[in-house]
Formats: sequence, C-alpha cells, structure tokens
Amino acid sequence: MAYPYRHEKETRVLSEGFGDPAARTVAGWRKYGGYEGIARALEIGREATVEDVKRSGLRGRGGAGFPTGLKWSFMPKDTRRPHYLLCNADESEPGTFKDREIIRWTPHQLIEGCLVGSYAIGASHCYIYLRGEFFESTRVMARALEEAYEEGLVGTDIMGSGVDIDITLHVGAGAYICGEETGMMNSLEGRRGEPRIKPPFPAAVGAFGMPTTINNVETLAATPHIARHGGDWYRQWGTEKSPGTKLFCVSGHVNRPGNYEFPLGFPLMELIEDVCGGIRDGNALKAVIPGGSSVPIMSADDCRACTLCYEGVEAAGSLLGCASVIVMDETADIVKQVRRMAHFYSHESCGQCTPCREGTTWATQILRRIEDGRGTEDDLDTLIEISEQMTGTTICVLSDSLAMPIISSIEKFRDDYLALIRRGERMGAA
Amino acid sequence: MPDNGRKADTITLTIDGREVTVPKGTSLLDAAGGLGIDVPHYCYHPGLSAPAQCRICLVEVEGAPKLQPSCVTMAQDGQVVHTDSPAATRMRKGVLEFYLVNHPLDCPICDMSGECKLQDYVFEEGREHGRGREPKRVFGRDDFGGDVLFYGDRCVMCTRCVRFMEEVARDPRLTVVERGSRAVIDTFFDRGLEGASYAGNIVDICPVGALVSKDFLHKARAWDLDHTPSVCPGCSQGCNIELHTRDNLVQRLKPRENQEVNGHWMCDYGRANYEWMNRADRLKEPAVGRGSGRRAADWQEVLQLLFGRLQGAGGASVRMVGSPHCSNEALAGLAALGGEAGSVEAGVFRSPCAPDEDPLPGFPTLVRRRDLAPNVDGAGILEFDRVGGDDGAGGLEEVAGHDGIILVLGDELRDQHEDFGARASLFVYLGTADSPAARNADFLLPITTFAEEEGSFVNVQGRLQRYWQGLQAPGYARPAWLVLGALAGALRGEGTPASVEEAFQRMVQPHAAFAGLTWDAIGASGTRLEAAHA
Repeated sequence: MAYPYRHEKETRVLSEGFGDPAARTVAGWRKYGGYEGIARALEIGREATVEDVKRSGLRGRGGAGFPTGLKWSFMPKDTRRPHYLLCNADESEPGTFKDREIIRWTPHQLIEGCLVGSYAIGASHCYIYLRGEFFESTRVMARALEEAYEEGLVGTDIMGSGVDIDITLHVGAGAYICGEETGMMNSLEGRRGEPRIKPPFPAAVGAFGMPTTINNVETLAATPHIARHGGDWYRQWGTEKSPGTKLFCVSGHVNRPGNYEFPLGFPLMELIEDVCGGIRDGNALKAVIPGGSSVPIMSADDCRACTLCYEGVEAAGSLLGCASVIVMDETADIVKQVRRMAHFYSHESCGQCTPCREGTTWATQILRRIEDGRGTEDDLDTLIEISEQMTGTTICVLSDSLAMPIISSIEKFRDDYLALIRRGERMGAA
Repeated sequence: MPDNGRKADTITLTIDGREVTVPKGTSLLDAAGGLGIDVPHYCYHPGLSAPAQCRICLVEVEGAPKLQPSCVTMAQDGQVVHTDSPAATRMRKGVLEFYLVNHPLDCPICDMSGECKLQDYVFEEGREHGRGREPKRVFGRDDFGGDVLFYGDRCVMCTRCVRFMEEVARDPRLTVVERGSRAVIDTFFDRGLEGASYAGNIVDICPVGALVSKDFLHKARAWDLDHTPSVCPGCSQGCNIELHTRDNLVQRLKPRENQEVNGHWMCDYGRANYEWMNRADRLKEPAVGRGSGRRAADWQEVLQLLFGRLQGAGGASVRMVGSPHCSNEALAGLAALGGEAGSVEAGVFRSPCAPDEDPLPGFPTLVRRRDLAPNVDGAGILEFDRVGGDDGAGGLEEVAGHDGIILVLGDELRDQHEDFGARASLFVYLGTADSPAARNADFLLPITTFAEEEGSFVNVQGRLQRYWQGLQAPGYARPAWLVLGALAGALRGEGTPASVEEAFQRMVQPHAAFAGLTWDAIGASGTRLEAAHA
C-alpha cells in the first residue's frame, strides 16, 4: 500500500493534499481552495475573523487544547507596538508527526494559516520556528515561502489589500524544551532555550518583549479553512467541546501506523482495530499513550470506551494532548518504555528548576536500576513521591510531563514493576 | 484620599497569620522578611534579577491553584500567605532532597561550611536520611581565573554568579553550559575571570561552596571568624565592609550592605588589599632620641618629655604631615596639637592615585576611585593640603629641611632620605612602622592601624562613616587620636579624651563641616555631611 496510508473512514480537511507533490506549489495549492481563506479574512476584517475562529470552537492542537479564538482576543488592540505571531513548528513530542506532514505536503496551508493568524492579531511579522532536525520540511517550507513572496501572497501589501505580513522561517537547533512557548521565544531571541516565568504572559510581553501569540502548526493550518467557510461550518464535525477534525498520529504495534484525520470524538478502539489494521501479529493490546509521551498511560481496559476528543480521553483517565496515539501490545516492557521516556525528559530538561533538573535524572536512574533487576519495592514509593514533587513546582510543565507516565504506569502496571523486582531478588542481585 | 490609616501605595496582607503592610511592588519574600520570616531561597538575591528557578521559595497563597514562587509573586491587598503550611513544607523538603541527590556533602572540607545556605536549610527542614542510592554526578573543580575557584559538584545552579557578571558587572564572562542535570557553570573557552575587577563578589553571593576564594581557601572555618563592621581602606569610595578575623589576623574582607555607597558589592582591589593589616614589622613601643642615641621608653615618660619640649617651644613654626589613611579624629588631633605647639605653616598629606576610575556599571554609585586611600576627603575638610605626585611620593621638600617643629602622622616617608628632619628643632614621628627617614625623630610613637581602633573616615561622597576595632594592637601601640588628644589636651588644659567619641566631639567644635553631629548619630552606615558636599 502506498504511503501515506489512507482509510475510507477519514474526514480529510487538513490532510486533503497529503501525498500530492503538486500541492507544494502555489498553483497546486490553489486547486485545493488555497489562499481563499485569507482572501475572505481580508474581506470580512480582523475582528470578524477572530469571531469566526471563536465560533468554530477550534482548540490549540499543540497539546493544551486552549481555545484559539480566545487566545487571539488576548492580544492588545493597540498595534502601535509590533505584534508577533509565532508558529510552533518545533514538533518534538515523542510519537508526534503531524506538523511535519502538514509542512512537507502542504506548506502553503501553513503559510496561509500564518497569514490568517497574523492578520487576526494585528501582527505584521510571523516567525515559523521549525524543528532543527526537519531537513526536508525546512527545504520544502523555504521553497514555498519564496514562491509565496514572489506571488505577492506574503510581504508588503499582500494580495493588494494594503496589509503587510512578513513570514520568517527560523530553524531551531533541536531541543525539546524550545517547543515550550516561552522557551521558544528565548531561543528565537538567541538566548538559551529556557522557559520564562508567567506572568507576564506572551500576549503582553512575548518575543522581543512585544505582544506575541504562539500557535501550533495544525491549529494555524485549520484557520484558513475556518476563515473560508465560516465558524459554523467547522462545527459540523467533532463534539460540542471538541469541534472539528484532528490528525491522529498512530505509532507502535499496529499494522498500519500513520497520520489519520478524523472528527474529534472518534472511538479509540475503532482507530486501532479498523483504521490501523489491528495489533501486529494478532497480539493483545496492553497499553496506549493517547497524547504524546507527556500524558498518563492508559491500560487496555481504559481504552475500551474511550473516544478521541479532549473530554473523552480525560474521562478515560488521560489527556488528548496532541493526539499522538502510541500503541503497545502485550510484548511491550512497560518499565523499559517508561525508563526510555524518563531518559528523554532528563536529557531534554533545560536545567533551570531544581525539581526537574534533579528529579528527572534521579527518576531515570531508579527506573534503570529496577529494569536491571536491582530495584526494591521502596523504590516505587520513592518514584511516586519524586513524581509528586515534580508536579506543579516548576516554571514549565516538562517535569509534570514525566511525572504523569511514571505515576500512571506504577498505578496501572505495578505487576510489571514487581515482576522485575522479584526476579532481581531471586537472582540475588538486589 | 480616604483616611483609613493606609495609603493607596501600600498593601496589607497576612503572612503566617500575621498582618503586614508593605509598599506596592514588594515581593512576598521581602514582605515575609519584614516580619522576620526567612523564606528559603537560592536564586533570588536582592541585588539581582529573580529568575524563580530554584523553586525552594514556593509558598502557599490562598486561592492560587499551585504554590507560588515568593520571590517574583508581588504582594496583593488582602492576600493570605502561608510559608509553613504542610504543602509548602513538604515541597521544600522535596526540593532539598533533590539538591542532595548529587551534592557531595563534603562539608568537612568545604570553605562555605558554617555559612552555607544548603547546610542551613537542610539542617532546618531536610530529611534525616537521603534516599538517593545512585552514584553521584561528578563535575570536578575548575579554576575560573582571578581569585575564583569553582567546585562544580557543590553547585546548586542558582545562576547568581552568571547574573551578577551579566547584570551588575556587565561583563558576561560566565554562562550555563549544557542542560538538564548536566548543566554546569562555566567560563567562555579559555577566557576566565582574570582582569575582571569585581568578580570576587560572585564568591560572596554563591549560597553554597561552589565558588570559593583561592586566597581564603582552607584558611579558616566560618564559625571561627569574628566579624567587625568597618570601611574599606582601599580607595576613597569607602565601601562598607566587614573584617573577618581569627587569631588576631584579618583573614578576609567581605562587603557589608549599604545602598548609599556600595550596595552589596565591593571591588577585587579592595578585597585583596588586607595583608598589610597583618604586618608583623610594626612599631611596638615608644622611643626617644635621635639616631644612635635612641632608647625605648614607656608612654608616661615619653609623653612627659614630649609635653615638656612642646611647652617650651613657644611660637615655633610647625609643619605637619598627615595621612589619608588616618581617621578624622587622628588628623583633627594632629591639627589641634600643631596649633597648640606653635604657628602652623603647613599641614600636608600625600595619597597614591590610580591612573583611572573603575566603576561597577550595574551599580554606578560604586566606583573604585582614583585616590587609593580612605580619608582623602576627611583630610581636606580638616584643612590638610595635598602634595606630591600620583605615586604618593615627593612634595615634602619644605618639610624635610624645616628648622622648626615637624609632626609626622601615619606617613611612612618611604621616598624620603635619612636626613629628613635633620634641622628640625623637634621632630615627632607617629607611625605604625619604623622608617629610615624617621632616623632624626626625637620621638617615635607607635600608633594603631584602622583595623585596631575605632574612628571615622569621610568618603568621596562626603559621607562620614565609622569603623570598629577588629584586631588587638601590637605591643604598646595606641590610637593616634588618644596620643595626640592627650598632648593637645594637656597643652590646652582640658585633659585626655576618654574615648574616640570624645575625640570626635573635640573635632566637631572647630570644624563646621561636622557641626551638629554626634558620634552615635553616625550609625553603622554613615551619614552625609551636607556642608562638605555643598
């Protein structure tokens, strides 16, 4: 089967142009209705555009799910000081690969989204902070941006409207923490990628000290569609609290991993068993991490009735995050997976806050000891306590993100931990 | 404005059940400090920006969903804050444990032991037993250059040092390299702190033993040191300092906060300039007689002989050499004695000068001044004239060949020849050390250094500042104000000043600049002389 995998149950709004190399050009993208969204936004005006996005109920796709229209309305109305839109394309959450696909197949979708967003918040400059390791995306994006400038779609007096919007492509150097919005602003300014204390919030003091809005790639990519068709059109999909469609990045032990676009509220088991062709080798499902590595792990039981929308996943005991569904079958070693995640977070901690700097590393060491069969049952209590001390005590939520999988995995898969501990004891290694 | 007993620019809040009123814009940490509640903190320092990253100052604010960093959370009217609630205490215990996971706990050989904030807080609130079973991280030591040595393993990553160099010294020579638990403070490539003239302050503000002074390394334990408030004698800025002494030796100088003069800081030149206070080759007993005829004598005999000579001098012309290292009280005593002994032709002093000033950009009030002596302005107020060159030499030709009375106080006459004062009818030398040029002195009187006495200086801002006694004087050395006060007092018939306070009072009368001042009113942080500065 040709990549990218598709499935007839999909509702393709954002991913319509995926797999079509022609969609990477302005002319090709226009065939998908490209640049009609920004044209309509320019026609109906700034405030009406914000209203449309508010009415659509679009929620931030980066993980937090904050209503986009509301975020835009926080920007000061007085635009005498420069305002900035910062597009978060530093997609680095483990298991997530949706923004990369949007950029490499439909770069103009993002460019148009940046135009709509910039126009709506009164920004005359937008920065796209692209993850450093995305070499192909960088090339595609740079070429598309060049073409958009040539066509007069970006720059001074865009599309003859009198509005100036510049877009700068900024390539990061490959740090997870630069995907955190304030860390990203520091990095953009040339400082260490360390999150800032809030308040002040970015809408008041953001990049270069100016009012700034930070939106995820997928969020911005949805806005031209909303601007083109209106807010109510977007609500035809999804649930009351989670309207619209969303890209789900499915990875792990399924037969057909990939990006699939569905209206929010799609059942998780249907996604795994039908769309992704079920678990590999006919194995049994063991666990699912539904929203990138930073959310609680769900056991197979938790998955049964789970629907993939913000409130649905929350009801199942986890978070939708950025909808990166990591599927693990019965062969998966949970302790090893959690240790691997802990190592990732300790490696990516910026090192500012003590609980995160020391806690993530310490937790990794303990997990590795348990994995090696040198753990004790007390270590599990220590792990839980460390995790609690890392929750809500730091500037950003990186350490909270590790605490969640640790706590949830010990709660739900305690037997896996105990098996390793017992085995170690039997072998006399403890 | 409504008269409800509170102004609009103040805020009243409750901290640990006690109400406190603070100015708007006060942090919770400072507000608690006002009540005497020490909220533990590492990254926050009153002289620097607050990054709120150490996370140990978190407190519970009623109504807030999470614990709040008290260093950057501004006090709000009606706020109810708990620094000791179970949530806050539990969090602090947790943060302290995190610190100790990789801390080497080498307190027995750590210079900071005894004044270490990690030690203090762990003793107060930490867990009795650590749960860390993993091998500790090792960074080792690094020579940062200058006087600073870095023990990476002890570091708590508060980044005060980085921020000091960036924000106050405006000479960013330190940075954080790497990230996460591999993060460590470092210098840039091979460029360290050499030549940075304020870098010593990072040793002071380091809350733990990560940054230590090479000069002080393993010299003394913190709890063995006595602290004496003093004024830096290095230049005319007059930074408020503490003398840290042990075994009657100055072990180091530390800045003492005074926002009007030096903030929290002092320069490296002043900090390093203390060895002379411990000098061993001191004048220890009085002596009479010139050249080979000189003999030791006790104070009573010396003062009686000298009193007799002065009484009989009747109208002789007097030339005096003072020193900007001497207190106002000593210089005023010299002026008084000169006036009683005869007609004063000149009172002069010499001071070495640096080629330029060295300001601290982030605290511009503090400048290492050109005059490398603490009381140049006091000597000026007391009507001594400056002579000599920038090297602190020369300018004494008229004194050297003077045939009347020569009174030398505190100037060691380093550049003068052995025939200095050979023609004098009376040559009195009051000094801390003997000098070849004092060969012709009829009286050689040992006096104390500023570290061994009480007194006052006037700094370049026209600020009168007191200093206190930190060392015992060697032998029979006595404060100059006492020796000169006794002689001048005897000639005037008003007796010996019983204390430095009395010597000060005797000085206030003839010198308008000090009018209306009392010794106690000067206080620990000094007072500005309005007239002197006008």
